[in-house]
Amino acid sequence: MTSTQVHAEEAEPAAEEEWQPKIVTFCCNWCSYAGADLAGVSRLQMPTNFRVIRTMCSARVDPEFVLRAFANGADGVLVLGCHPADCHYIGGNYRTRRRIALLRVLLEQYGFNPDRLKLEWVSASEGAKFQKTIKEFNELIKELGPNPINDEE
Amino acid sequence: MADKVGAVMVVGAGISGVQTALDLADSGFKVYLVEKKASIGGTMAQLDKTFPTNDCSMCIMAPKLVAVGRHQNVELITGAEVELIQGLPGDFTVTLKKNTLRVNEEKCTGCGECAISCPVETLDEYNQGMKKRKAIFVAYPQAVPLVFSIDKETCIGCGICAQECIAKAVEYERKDQALEVQVGAVILSPGFEEFDARLKKEYGYGEFKNVVTSIEFERMLSATGPFFGTVMRPSDGDIPRKVAFIQCVGSRDEKVGNPYCSSVCCMYAIKEAIIAGEHSPGLKPSIFFMDVRAFGKEFEDYRARAENEYGVKMYRGSRVASVEEDPETKNLSLRYSIGDETNTEEFDLVVLSVGMRPAEDGERLSKKLGFKLNKYGFCETDVYSPLNTSRPGIFVSGSFAAPKDIPTTVAEASGAVAKAAALISEARNTQVTVKEFVPEIDVVGQEPRIGVFVCHCGINIGGTVNVPSVVEYAKTLQGVVYAGENIFSCSSDTQEKVKEKIKEHSLNRVVVASCTPRTHEPLFQNTIREAGLNPYLFEMANIRDQCSWIHMHEPEKATKKSKDLVRMAVAKARLLEPLKKSKLGVLHSAVVIGGGLAGMTAALDIADQGYPVHLIEKEKYLGGNLIKIHHKEGDRKPKDFMNELVGKVRDSKNITVHLDSEVKEVGGFVGNFKVKTPDGEIDAGAIIVATGANEYKPSEYLYGQDKRVVTQLELEQQLDEKTLKAKQVVMIQCVGSRNEKTPYCSRICCSNAVKNAIDIKKASPTTGVYILHKDIRTYGFREDLYREAGDLGVSFLRFPEGTMPTIENKAGQLEVTAFDTVLKEDVMIRPDLLVLSAGITPNEGNEELAKMLKVPLSKDKFFLEAHMKLRPVDFATEGIFLAGAAHWPKFIDETIAQASGAATRAITIICKDFLETEGIIAAVNEMVCNGCGVCEPVCEYKAITIVKDPSNPDKLKAMVNEGLCKGCGTCVAACPSAAMEQKGFKDQQMYAIIDAALQEGK
Repeated sequence: MTSTQVHAEEAEPAAEEEWQPKIVTFCCNWCSYAGADLAGVSRLQMPTNFRVIRTMCSARVDPEFVLRAFANGADGVLVLGCHPADCHYIGGNYRTRRRIALLRVLLEQYGFNPDRLKLEWVSASEGAKFQKTIKEFNELIKELGPNPINDEE
Repeated sequence: MADKVGAVMVVGAGISGVQTALDLADSGFKVYLVEKKASIGGTMAQLDKTFPTNDCSMCIMAPKLVAVGRHQNVELITGAEVELIQGLPGDFTVTLKKNTLRVNEEKCTGCGECAISCPVETLDEYNQGMKKRKAIFVAYPQAVPLVFSIDKETCIGCGICAQECIAKAVEYERKDQALEVQVGAVILSPGFEEFDARLKKEYGYGEFKNVVTSIEFERMLSATGPFFGTVMRPSDGDIPRKVAFIQCVGSRDEKVGNPYCSSVCCMYAIKEAIIAGEHSPGLKPSIFFMDVRAFGKEFEDYRARAENEYGVKMYRGSRVASVEEDPETKNLSLRYSIGDETNTEEFDLVVLSVGMRPAEDGERLSKKLGFKLNKYGFCETDVYSPLNTSRPGIFVSGSFAAPKDIPTTVAEASGAVAKAAALISEARNTQVTVKEFVPEIDVVGQEPRIGVFVCHCGINIGGTVNVPSVVEYAKTLQGVVYAGENIFSCSSDTQEKVKEKIKEHSLNRVVVASCTPRTHEPLFQNTIREAGLNPYLFEMANIRDQCSWIHMHEPEKATKKSKDLVRMAVAKARLLEPLKKSKLGVLHSAVVIGGGLAGMTAALDIADQGYPVHLIEKEKYLGGNLIKIHHKEGDRKPKDFMNELVGKVRDSKNITVHLDSEVKEVGGFVGNFKVKTPDGEIDAGAIIVATGANEYKPSEYLYGQDKRVVTQLELEQQLDEKTLKAKQVVMIQCVGSRNEKTPYCSRICCSNAVKNAIDIKKASPTTGVYILHKDIRTYGFREDLYREAGDLGVSFLRFPEGTMPTIENKAGQLEVTAFDTVLKEDVMIRPDLLVLSAGITPNEGNEELAKMLKVPLSKDKFFLEAHMKLRPVDFATEGIFLAGAAHWPKFIDETIAQASGAATRAITIICKDFLETEGIIAAVNEMVCNGCGVCEPVCEYKAITIVKDPSNPDKLKAMVNEGLCKGCGTCVAACPSAAMEQKGFKDQQMYAIIDAALQEGK
C-alpha cells in the first residue's frame, strides 16, 4: 500500500477529492517573489498546493535543495528567477539556468522524470505570469501523478 | 545675519508631512512635526485601498507612521496649531499653541481601558460619523502616537476614566500650553478638506440615508470601518446590488465655487467600484463621469480592467441632474443626461465622489504666517517654483497647493525638503543626535525560544484564514514558547506588544506571519532590535500576499497553507543566528543622468546643498524638451526659464557638466558607484535617472506626407513665429496614446491642446478650432483652461473609446470624420490645418540604461519605481533615484517637484559618512575550504579572491570582501565542499525550511 493510499483511507470524507500534488516553489527575492506578491495584490486566484521558499537569488538554489525536496516527497519543484539580463545580481540567473539544465539531465539518468523540475522567469511586474506558471505546472504534475519516491517507502 | 538653525518645522502630518519629516531627519536636520489633531496620518489613514495597485492603504502607510513616530530626530507635536512666526529665513521663532489632550502623553500607554469604561458616546470622525466613539478616545487603532485624549465637548466630567487608568495618565485639569520653537525653515502640508456634499441639494445627501460620500464609502469598505468591510445600505443593512457613483460633486462646478478639477476622484471612484465588487460578488457598480480622468502611471490600464474584467459600467459624458428617493424601498432614482438624451435609472446605493477643498486651516495659516493663497484658497505657487510659498523660508507640499494624488504628494514632500535644506545646509547635523540602542542580548548557545505573531491584517488575512487556529497550531511547534494574534501587526501599539512579549517570555527568535518581507521585514527587525535582539533573529511567513489574497475562496485550504508557512518559518527560525553589519564609507557626490528640466533641477538642488554633482547629457547642449516649448506659462516662456536654469548650472561651482556624453557602464553599489562615460570614470554615492521621454512621431493621418498635418509642438512653433494662417483647425487627441499599441494616457496632451487652442482663438477669434477627443483630461487648476477654451468658442467633439477619427485627402482638401457621441452620427470637418496631439513615448535607450543600472522598466517601458504609491522617486536598488518624464509624462511644475524629491532622496544617502553593509553576505568556513577556486569566477561582484592561508602558506583559501559582497548566494550553491555559506540562508537553514514545507501539516 502506498503512502498516498494510506492517506486517502485516513481522510475518508476527502476521498472523493482529486489528488493534489505537493509543489515546492523557489522564488528569488527581487523578481519572482515580488511577482508572487503582485499576484496577491492583484487578487489573482490559483491552486493552494504550492509552498514558496524565498532565496535572495535563484542562483542560491543549490541542486541539493531540489534533490532534498524530491527526496522528501515533493511531486514537483519550480525554480523561479529574474528574466535573462534582469538579475538583481547581474548574472545569477544564467548560472541557475545552467545548473537546472544539468540537474534535469541527471534526474533523467537516474530514471526520474525531469519534467518534475521546471525553471521559469517571472519578473516583479508579472503577477499574471506567476499565476499562469503555478496553474500550468500544477496541471502538468497532476498528469505525471505522484512522485514515485512516495511509493517506495 | 544670525547663524542658521539646523531644524525645520513641518505643519500638517498626513502622508506629505510624514515623508517630509523622515527625509529631513535622514538628511541631518531636527524636525518638529506639528499636527492639529491628536494623531498623525491625515486622510490616507482613512482610506481602505489605494489605486492603481489596490494596496491596503494602512498597510503601506503604517511602516512610515511607525518610522516617524520612533525617529530619533523627529519631535511630534500633536494637538497643536501655529500662532506666530518671527525672524528671517534660516532663523525663525515659531510660537505654537498646544491644546490639552487632558491626558499625560508621557504616561498614557494606549491600553484603552479608559475608553471601555467611559459612559458617553459621540460620533466617530475617523469613520465619518458612521460609528460611535467614546469621549476619551484615540482616532484609530494604529494611531501614532498611541495616546488617548478627552473630547471636552462630549465629556461629562464623571471621572471614571481617571479611576480606571492604571498609568494615572488622565489629567483633567491639564492646561493648553504655549511652545516656542527655533527653526530655519517651515514646510506646510496641512492637506485638504472634502467638499460638503450637502451643498449639492439635488443629490439629497444628508436627507436620503442611502446617499453617502466617497470617503464614507471608503470607510464602509474598510475592515476597521463601521460595517467591518461588508458593503451595506445605511437605511436597512441590505447588501446593495446596484451602486452608482456620481463624479464631480463639488468639482468642475462654478455654482458651488469650485471650478477646478479635484484630480483624484475618477480614480478613487474606479477603485471603490472594483473593491466593492470584490467585497460583494454580484454587486454592479456604475460610474457617472463627465470625462474619465485616468492620466497617471498605469491608471488607464486600471480603468480598462475595471470595465473589462470587473464589469464596472461607465457612463461617459454624463451629468446627473437629480437623485430621488423611493420612500418605501429607500432606493434612489438618478435622472441623468448624456448629450440631449435624458434617462432615469434606479440604484440601491449612491456614492457621491466629493472633491477637494483647500485645508480648513489654510486661511488662518496664511494670515498667521504671511503667505498668499490663490483665488481658490489653495496655497499660491508658481509653475517654476512649485514648492515655494510667497514668503521666503516657507515651503509647501501636497494637496494644500493643489488637488493631487498620493505619489505626486510624496514626491513633492521630498522635494520641499531640498528647498528647505538648501537654505540651512550649513547647519546640517548641528541639532541631531545619534540613536543609541540597548545592548544586544547574547543568544548564542541558548535553546530557541520562539515567539509567533499572526496577523489578521484587518480582514485581509482574517477574512479568509482562520487566524486563531493558526495561532493554536503555532503553539504546538518545537521551540515556540509564545504565539498570539494581532489585528494589524504593523501598527505602533503592536510593536510595543512584540517588545513586551520578547521580555515577558525571554524570546530569542521572532516569527511574524502577515504580509511580505519585501515591505515589512525592516519594521519588525527594528522592533526586535529595540528589544535587544539581533535583527536577523527574525523570520516572516507571508500569509497574506501569497496566501489569503490568492486563495480568497478557499478558507480551509488557505488556513492549512498558513499553518504550513508558519511551520516553515519556525523551522528556519530555530536555526537563525545573529549577524553583524559592517560600515562602509560613502562618497559625498552624485551623478545625474540627463540634462533636461528634471536633471538640471535635481543637480542644482544637490549642488545648492554643497555636494558635487556630475551632470551627464547625451546631446551637445542642455535643456531637453523644454527648449522646444514656446507657450508662456506663469510669467515667462518655458524656454526662457530654461535658459536661466542653464546659466545657473553653468555658474554652479559644484556641478560638472558632461555634454555629448553617455553612461557606458555602472559598477559599484550604494554610496560607492562607479559610472563610466567616454570622458572617464566618475565616482559617486548616488545616481539620479532623469533621461526624459520624447514626443511620439505619428505615422497616421498623413503626417509627414502633407504639410498641413502637424504635431502640437510644431503648432507651438508656428504660433510663436506668428506664421499660423489657418482658418479651420482640427486637433485630434490620443494620437499615439490610449490605443492597442500604446495603451497608456500621455497625461499632458489634453492640456497642451486646449492651451494652444486658446492661443489660436486669441490671435484670430474667427478661426474655427475643433478638438476631437475621448475625454478631456485637464485635471487640477488646468480645468480653468478647458473652461476658457469653451468660452472662446473652441468646439469639443467626443468620439467613443476604441475608435479614432479618419482622414481623407479629397482633391487636395483634407476631410476629417469622427463619430460624435452626442449627435450619435459621423461628423465631417474640412480643416486647413490638422494638429495631432502626439503622445509621449519612452526613450529608446531606457532598456540599455536599465540593464546597466540593474533597475526595472514598467510594461510601457518607462522606468519603474520601487513602489508606485509611497516610493515614487526611489528604485528598489538602493542609491538610485528617478525623476521627470523618464518616470512618466508630466508637466513642468510636476517635473520640478519630483526632481527636487529625487535630489532629497539622493542626499539622504550622500550626506552620511558611512552606510551599514547588509548582514546577509557570504562567509567562508576556512576549516573546510581547500581553495579550489570554483567560487571565484562565479562571483559577479569580484568579491571573492583566492589567497594563501596566512597560518599555512601551502594552503589556499577563498576570501570574501564584505564591502563588495551583495549576498546573492551564487558562490554558495557553486561550492563543491560546502565551505561557502550565505549568512541568513545557510544550507542547514534552507534544508530545515524545505523539510518543513513537505512535512504533512496537521
